[in-house]
Amino acid sequence: MQMDMNQRKPRGRLGRDVQSKIGQQLRAMYDNVLSEGVPDRFNDMLRQLDERKEADQDKGTA
Amino acid sequence: MPLNPALRDAMLAAVPSLRAFAISLSGNIDRADDLVQETLLRAIANIDSFQPGTNMSAWMFTILRNLFRSEYRKRRREVEDTDGSYAESLKSHPEQNSRLEFQEFRTALSKLPPDQREALILVGASGFSYEEAAAICDCAVGTIKSRVNRARTRLADLLSIEGSEDFGPDQSTRAILAAGGRG
Repeated sequence: MQMDMNQRKPRGRLGRDVQSKIGQQLRAMYDNVLSEGVPDRFNDMLRQLDERKEADQDKGTA
Repeated sequence: MPLNPALRDAMLAAVPSLRAFAISLSGNIDRADDLVQETLLRAIANIDSFQPGTNMSAWMFTILRNLFRSEYRKRRREVEDTDGSYAESLKSHPEQNSRLEFQEFRTALSKLPPDQREALILVGASGFSYEEAAAICDCAVGTIKSRVNRARTRLADLLSIEGSEDFGPDQSTRAILAAGGRG
């Protein structure tokens, strides 16, 4: 007779399948956002900051 | 002086991942984008303290995390938008997950203590090593490991998953049965 190994789960330790399911869900959630790339507002903000700094610099050195 | 183009590119390259982290932390896409914007501004203002050759992404994650923590302390007593606006803003989702399952996951994630949630996300989704995550969270590597373990155990508990068979499409069937049974 063979014991069913699956019946006994060590307490406080998760099975590999559970961990991989959680990992899968985490990455799915993450990838969803990553796929949106860089929203325009951030590109625009950095460009405006650069322009402002350049203008300040021109004034400063004049 | 305008920002060095290489640094600027490295900052922009970190943005998608910073947004994903911020959304995971705050559960709200608008707050997340505000956090990312504030992070970029702080990074630019403090660019002199960035050490060239080190990981720009990890440096910015540290800034964002600290911003979130100070904001979180301020907002502690306000009602958190845990599973509302971001879940609703999700129009698409990966095919392998049912919509319900995905929302259940997000809700469960939002119930974790912030320490555990951020540790799990940094290691499990952002792809940082335990050492990098420890540096970002300013704690010991062992602390990160135990937070990640506790987070996984708690998530499995909240989602009542004991094995992969419990985490499949049956989840939605069960929800329908439960809803019908009580109605």
